[in-house]
Amino acid sequence: MTARDEILGRLRAAAPPDPGLPDVPPGEARPGDLAARFGDAVVAAGGVLVALPGEAALGPAVAAHAEKLAARRIASRVAAAGPGTVRLEDLADPHELEGIDLAVLPGRLGVAENGAVWVDGAALHHRGVFVVTQHLALVVPAAELVPDLHEAYRRLRFDGPGFGLFIAGPSKTADIEQALVIGAHGARSATVFLI
Amino acid sequence: MSEGHAERAARFAADEPRAHWHDQALWFMRAKRDRAASAVPEWERLRTLASAIKAHTRANLAGYLEQFERNALAKGIRVHWARDADEHNSIVHGILAERGVTRLVKSKSMLTEECHLNPYLEARGIEVVDTDLGERIVQLAGEPPSHIVLPAIHKKKEEIGDLFHAKLGTPAGLADPKQLTEAARGHLRERFMAAQAGLTGVNFAVAETGGVVVCTNEGNADMGTSLPPLHVACMGVEKVVPRLEDLGVFLRVLARSATGQACTTYTTHFHAPMRGGELHVVIVDNGRSALLADETYREALACIRCGACMNTCPVFRRSGGYSYAWTIPGPIGAVLATARDPVRHASLAFASSLCGSCDDVCPVRIPIHDQLLARRRDLARAGALPLGKRLGMWLLGRVLRSRPLYELAGRLARWLGRRAPRALLNGRWNGWARQRELPDLPEASFRELWRRERGGGGPR
Repeated sequence: MTARDEILGRLRAAAPPDPGLPDVPPGEARPGDLAARFGDAVVAAGGVLVALPGEAALGPAVAAHAEKLAARRIASRVAAAGPGTVRLEDLADPHELEGIDLAVLPGRLGVAENGAVWVDGAALHHRGVFVVTQHLALVVPAAELVPDLHEAYRRLRFDGPGFGLFIAGPSKTADIEQALVIGAHGARSATVFLI
Repeated sequence: MSEGHAERAARFAADEPRAHWHDQALWFMRAKRDRAASAVPEWERLRTLASAIKAHTRANLAGYLEQFERNALAKGIRVHWARDADEHNSIVHGILAERGVTRLVKSKSMLTEECHLNPYLEARGIEVVDTDLGERIVQLAGEPPSHIVLPAIHKKKEEIGDLFHAKLGTPAGLADPKQLTEAARGHLRERFMAAQAGLTGVNFAVAETGGVVVCTNEGNADMGTSLPPLHVACMGVEKVVPRLEDLGVFLRVLARSATGQACTTYTTHFHAPMRGGELHVVIVDNGRSALLADETYREALACIRCGACMNTCPVFRRSGGYSYAWTIPGPIGAVLATARDPVRHASLAFASSLCGSCDDVCPVRIPIHDQLLARRRDLARAGALPLGKRLGMWLLGRVLRSRPLYELAGRLARWLGRRAPRALLNGRWNGWARQRELPDLPEASFRELWRRERGGGGPR
């Protein structure tokens, strides 16, 4: 008997009675403006929120941000943010992502309860760009904010092969005496541009 | 009886300043958890929901694993099955060896700790680098993790500074967490760049979509799975959840319970290998089906490894993770270890005040302290208690069953307690008098006072 069949057989033999699968209700409605709650949560996660009046403001805002970071190698996957200086399609191997100073990536949606932004791997070309880059900028349309993870999962689909993740703030650790340190392995800063 | 939890805990507690610091550091986490939980109005409902989803999944584990496998295969993910730790290790080694991998980066996986994968691979010529900062610290120190979320919580920053000085060449005396983390970042980035494969644990596997979800704050799992082309993800059979929407429930409680964060920095959903790469999922039983068959303890399989029961436990906080001598320490570790081998880990059933705080914080409502109490009963019935405890329990049983004996024992205790010399009462034999003074015993019992005031036979 294969390991698979043996394990499945044991689990079937040991199965307790089924109490039934409960429905997952929507999260409780919360007071306050969605964008304001999202902004607070981004900050609580160690990120920075920049609210912009429209897409036209994104280019200059990203340029100013890049200048402040002294970022030279910039990968942009958001057309309105400008072309950047590194085309990810030109990198044959993901190891060449090392040395990117700033990555500007599209956020599919933002979650107000925890400041997380969903990033779809299909938009990245190299999936590791969000973590290898020294600094991260995420662009989220204000119309795509949801109150909580329940609503977020109602909008996400995983029908085919794919990759995606929630990102909440910059990379961080508290493994040395509980002291919060920003910039463990991944991005040292995370700025969310809300349009 | 070999050394048990109490003896190991005594060694940890002997360093009083450190034990106090450990206690405070974990209580700080508990307080953060409370703030995060109370910010969610439907928190208690979420816990109930999480518990109910897990109960349903346990009843249909085989079916959901089959569904997961079917959907994962359709997305180009390879699926392997391992009956036990040896088979798991040999499967992982086989995948790596076939592709000539000699440098592996790992993110946190308690399952691979349980299976002792690192020494297995190292003995076969594969360099294994743990990349979670806390795990790297204990790996460099040659120690196991002492906490499942905070692996190096038992170490002071000065000790980590000395360790990094010796192993990574940081300046002597450097003890600033920020600078130490920066040094580790540089050291580990080199390892990520040089790695030929990345191994991760699995927080959740979704039957409906055939994908696995991995949560980290540091981004180490993401570095390790997006640079080298080969990703191996190892999961226990209990990690599967039925639907995508179930993630909404579990992810809302996981990070809040673990560290008081609203969510982890990176919550990565793998539904395909990377372009030109491979993703292998290894599904492991290693005793879990036996636990599922055990009516009293099966709910422990719901554990999502948040560590909240450790942070809140008055015993764990004062005795440290190593006192449990098991991969998963703390209250849930005591349940899991005694389920695996009741007699060998018998003392862990008693490493609890049964205060129930673990139950109160558990995001999936595992009745941890009830299970520990049940384990004590099982051990007693099996005659597995040490002689001293057996005699004590027998005597206590006799006294509590008989009113005259009980009253006599009370009078004797009060008389002795009030007249015997302090040196005798607080002697080494009396564990209750360690680190505290015994309270003054009253001259009369409540029953005697009642008789004096009201007359008659006293309250019944």
